Amino acid sequence: MAVTRDDVAHIAGLARLAISDDRMTELAEQLNAILGHMEVLQQVDTRHVETTAQEGNEALPLRPDAGPRFAMHRRLDEMAPEMRDGFFLVPRLATHEDTSDAS
Amino acid sequence: MTGLRDAPADITAYEMVVGLEVHVQLRTHTKAFCSCDATYGAPPNVNTCPVCLALPGALPALNREAVHLAMRAAHALGCTLNPVSVFARKNYFYPDLPKGYQISQYDRPLALAGHLEIGDGDAARTVGITRVHMEEDAGKSIHDRYPGATAIDLNRAGVPLIEIVSEPDMRSSADAVAYLTALKQILEYIDVSDVNMEEGSLRVDANVSARRVGAAALGTKTEVKNMNSFSGVQRALEAEFERQCGVLERGERVHQQTMLWDGARNEVRPARSKEASHDYRYFPEPDLPPLVLDSQWIDEVRRELPELPRARRARLAGEYGLAGADVGVLTATTALADYFEAAAKAHGDAKAAANWVMGEVLATLNTSNESIESFRVAPASLARLLDLVRDGVVSHSAAKRVFALMAETGDAPDRVAEREGLVQVRDADELTRWVDEVLAEHPAEAGRFRAGEKKLLGVLVGLVMKKSKGRADPRRVNQLVSERAGG
Amino acid sequence: MTGLTAVDAVTASFARMEAVRAGADGLNCVLWSDRERSLAEARAVDARAERAPLAGYPVAVKDNIATLDLPTTCASRILEGYVSPYEATVVSRLRAAGSVVLCKTNCDEFAMGSSNENSAYGPVRNPIDTRRVPGGSSGGSAAAVAAGIARIALGSETGGSVRQPAAFCGVVGVKPTYGRVSRFGLVAFASSLDQVGVLGRTVDDAALGMEVIAGRDPYDSTSADRPVPGYRDGAARSMRGVTIGRPVEYFPTSLDPRVTALCDRALDALRAQGAQVRDISLPHTDLAIPVYYIIAPAEASSNLARFDGVRYGLRVTGDDGLRAMYERTRSRGFGPEVTRRVLLGTYVLSAGYYDAYYKKAQEVRACITDDFRRAFASGVDVIFTPTTPTPAFELGATSDPYEMYLNDIFTCTGNLAGVPAMSIPVGRVDGLPIGGQLITRHFDESGMFAAAYALERALGEEAHR
Repeated sequence: MAVTRDDVAHIAGLARLAISDDRMTELAEQLNAILGHMEVLQQVDTRHVETTAQEGNEALPLRPDAGPRFAMHRRLDEMAPEMRDGFFLVPRLATHEDTSDAS
Repeated sequence: MTGLRDAPADITAYEMVVGLEVHVQLRTHTKAFCSCDATYGAPPNVNTCPVCLALPGALPALNREAVHLAMRAAHALGCTLNPVSVFARKNYFYPDLPKGYQISQYDRPLALAGHLEIGDGDAARTVGITRVHMEEDAGKSIHDRYPGATAIDLNRAGVPLIEIVSEPDMRSSADAVAYLTALKQILEYIDVSDVNMEEGSLRVDANVSARRVGAAALGTKTEVKNMNSFSGVQRALEAEFERQCGVLERGERVHQQTMLWDGARNEVRPARSKEASHDYRYFPEPDLPPLVLDSQWIDEVRRELPELPRARRARLAGEYGLAGADVGVLTATTALADYFEAAAKAHGDAKAAANWVMGEVLATLNTSNESIESFRVAPASLARLLDLVRDGVVSHSAAKRVFALMAETGDAPDRVAEREGLVQVRDADELTRWVDEVLAEHPAEAGRFRAGEKKLLGVLVGLVMKKSKGRADPRRVNQLVSERAGG
Repeated sequence: MTGLTAVDAVTASFARMEAVRAGADGLNCVLWSDRERSLAEARAVDARAERAPLAGYPVAVKDNIATLDLPTTCASRILEGYVSPYEATVVSRLRAAGSVVLCKTNCDEFAMGSSNENSAYGPVRNPIDTRRVPGGSSGGSAAAVAAGIARIALGSETGGSVRQPAAFCGVVGVKPTYGRVSRFGLVAFASSLDQVGVLGRTVDDAALGMEVIAGRDPYDSTSADRPVPGYRDGAARSMRGVTIGRPVEYFPTSLDPRVTALCDRALDALRAQGAQVRDISLPHTDLAIPVYYIIAPAEASSNLARFDGVRYGLRVTGDDGLRAMYERTRSRGFGPEVTRRVLLGTYVLSAGYYDAYYKKAQEVRACITDDFRRAFASGVDVIFTPTTPTPAFELGATSDPYEMYLNDIFTCTGNLAGVPAMSIPVGRVDGLPIGGQLITRHFDESGMFAAAYALERALGEEAHR
C-alpha cells in the first residue's frame, strides 16, 4: 500500500493543508516509511477480538436537559479573527454549491 | 445547465424509485452536547459556549432528553432500539461546523428496521424505515448579508437532530409526499419536534432513481437536496425523474451525484462536485462511550407513547361509526382528536359532534388563526350546546350564533342563549297566541289554507317565526298552524 | 505539607525561575508567567480562613491545559496569543485546593513529540545536562520540577508524555487510569489515550497532586464515577504480599545492560521490602508502537480540525476564498511534526484504508489491553519495567520520525490499555537519570503509589546516583 504523491495531495486536501511540491515527495517517503512499520499488524489474527468495549467499560453518562449555559470569561470578539454584528465572518464561499458539502 | 431540460422522454416507460432521508430537530430545552439554550431566535452566537464553539479542550456531554425524544420517535416508527449504539465523527470542513466534524451515528445507530404506513384505503402501503440515528445540527452560514463574506451564526450548532432514513420503497412523488405527511403527523402526535419544514425543524433529502417498468434491479440514484416544502419535494422529484428518464432514453448513464433543487426555476442542477467531499472518515467518537439503553428504559418509553394516528383512526371509525374521510380530518392532530372525543363523549351523539367539530370549530379556528389547544370553547361547552340543540332549547340556526359568541367570550352556551334571547319558545300558550294572531292578521291566506291550499303552511309558519323573532320552535309552530287553522 | 505560605512559595518559585534561567534564554521551560498576578492569587489563598492543602504548592501547568489568565497555545503558532475564556477542570480543582498557577510550561506542539524539540517556541533543555533534551511532550513541566521551580507540575499523556520526560529529568511522573482525571480543558491530541498527569519532585508530591485532580467531572463523559482514595495513605503500606511482575518483553537482550541493572536493583529493593517478583509475559508489546502511531494520529487529525481560523487563533487569508484561508492558516499554523501526523491520521481513516489500519489497530489494541488483564488476573499486582530504554539524548540527535516514535516503546502500552502507570527515578547512567515504571490494574492508583513510596524509600539517595 505505497503512498504516492497524489495520495499525499489528496489527503492534504481533505485535511486542508497546503503542501509545497518539494515537501510532497519528502512526506510521501516519510509516510511510506512509517506505514511500512505498521504492516506487522496485518499478521495478527484478530478475528476473535471485540473492540466496542474498551478500558473501564463505563457507559455514557447523560446530563439533565437544563441550563445554565457554561460561563465564558471572555467575549467572542476578543478571540475571533473577524466579527461583525455578532457574526463570525469568513471569506465568502466560492460558489453557493459549496454548501452541499454540508449535509 | 443545458441538457437537463431536453424534450421530455417517454416517462411512462419508467418507474420512479424514492428513498427519503429526513432530519428532524428534537424539541429540547438545551443543545445535544452542552447546556446552551436550543431555542430559536436569539441574536447571533449568543447561545454558544466552549463546547458548541469547539474551543480547545472542550468536550461533549449528552442531553438525556435528546435521547429520550429520539427513542420515542424510533418506537413510534416501529424500530428495534439497539441496547448499545455508538456515536461517530463525520469529518468535513465547513465554517458553520465548529469542530470540523459532526457528532453523528454511523455503523451502530440508535434504532433499526421500522416501518411507516402511508396513504389510505386502497392506496395504503408500508414504507420501510432503515434506521433512526442521533446527531447534532450545524450552525448557519449566511451568504448574502455582507459583500465578499459569509457570516456564521452558531446558535443552532449542536441542537439535537434525528435522521430517519427510509428504504427505497416509494414509487412516485405522491408516495413521497404521503410518507412525509404521515411522518410529520406521527412526530407531532408523539410531541418530539415542531416538524416545520419552512422553519427548518424538518429537512428532507431524497434519493431518486429511475428504472424501466418491470425491471427488478434499481437504477443509479442521485441525491436531491435543497427542498423546503412538501410541494417542493414533489416538484423536485418529478423534475429529477424526468431528467433521469431523458438520460436513460438517450442511452446514457445516470451519474451518482448530488442535485440541488431550484424552486424558483423549477429545475434540478448538479451540485459542484468536489473530489474529496464525500470522504467523511467516520470513526467512533472517542469522547463519548457507547450509549447504553437498558431494557427497562426502552420499555418505559414504549409504554408512554400516546395512541398513534393510524390506531386512532381505526378506533374512531369503529367506536363512533364515522366515515373514513371524517376520521382523517378529526385525527389530523392529537389535540383535535382529543377535542372531538371529549365533545362526543359528553354529548352522546358522535356524528353531531363530528359535524360540528369539522364544521364550525375548524372554520372558527381557521378564521381566527387559533390553535385548538387555546380555543375558548371547551369540548364540554360544545357538548352542552349540542345538548341544547337536541333538546330543542335552541334552534340549529340559533346555535351557530350562540357558538360564535361562545368562541368570542368563552361563556357557557346556556348563558349566551339566554342573554341573546335565542332560547326557543316552547310554551304552548305563547305559541298558540302567536299562531292565532297571525291567522287573524292574514285572513285571506288563512282561508285559502283552510280550503286545502296546503302549500301556504310554509308561509304561515314563516310569519309566526317572524313574529317570534326566530325564537319559536318551528316544529311546534307547524303543528299548531295546522291545528288552529284546520279547526 | 510544606509549612510555607502561598506567598512564600510563589516568591521562591519566581526567584528560582530567574536563578535557573527558565525562559527562552535558558532552559526555555516556561512560556508564560505573570508574577504579580500569581502573587495576588497567593495572597488571596493565605487570607482564606482555613489553611488550604495546596497552599504551599504553586504549580506549573503544561501549555495545552486551559487556564484563564495566561495564554494556552499548545506551543503552536496556530494558537499564538490565545487566552482561554474558560478553565480546565484540573486547574479549577488545584485552585480550589489553594494552589496558584505559576506559569505555563513549554511542550511539543499539541503534545506531539518525545523530545520537546517540536515546540514553536524552541526546544526545552534538560536541567541535568543542558545539551540534552528533557524528553517530551511535557518536557517543560518535567524541567520545571527538576529545576526546583515547582514541586508539582501538570503534564499530559498520550503515549508517555509525562513518564518519559519524568524519567529523563529524574523526577516522578504519573499517568492515571484513563477516565480517572477529567480531560475537560486539556486540548485534545488523541482523545481515547489522553490523560492529564502529574509530575512531582517526590512520590508524595505527585500523590498529593493526583488526589486533588482525580474524580468524576460531568463535563467529561469519559471520566469515571468512582471514589478517589487517599493516595498518600500508600506511604504507610507494606510490600508484604505484593506480587511484582517483570515482563520479559520490556527487558530485551538489546537493552543497555546498565538500564537492566538499575531496574533489577530496584526490584531487589522491593523484594527487600517484602514483595515477590516474578517474570511475566505481555506478548503483544512489540505491536504497541504501530498501533499507537495509527490510533493517535487518526484521532489527532480529527481533533485538530477545529483549528480553522474561523472563531479563534491564527487566520491567514489571501484573496482567494475560504478554502485558501483554511489551507494557509493550517499550513502556517502547524509545525512539521503536527502536519506529518495530521496527514498520517487522515490517510489511515480515509476511504479504503480504514479497515486495514484504524480498525485493525483498534483490534490489536484490545489484544494489548488483554495482555495486561491476563497478567493482573494471574495474581500480579504491580508490573515493573524501565520507563525508557535510554537516558536523555542530545538535542538534534534524532531526525528520523519513526526512530523518535520508538521513545514511547515502553510507555504507550499503558495508554493503549488505559492502565495507570508512573515513572520514578531508579538511578543514573553516565550521570543521566533512568526511570523505572510501575503499572497497576485500572483504577488501582493506590497500589501503584504504595509500590512507588516503598521503592523511593528503599532506594533513598541511590535513586539519584
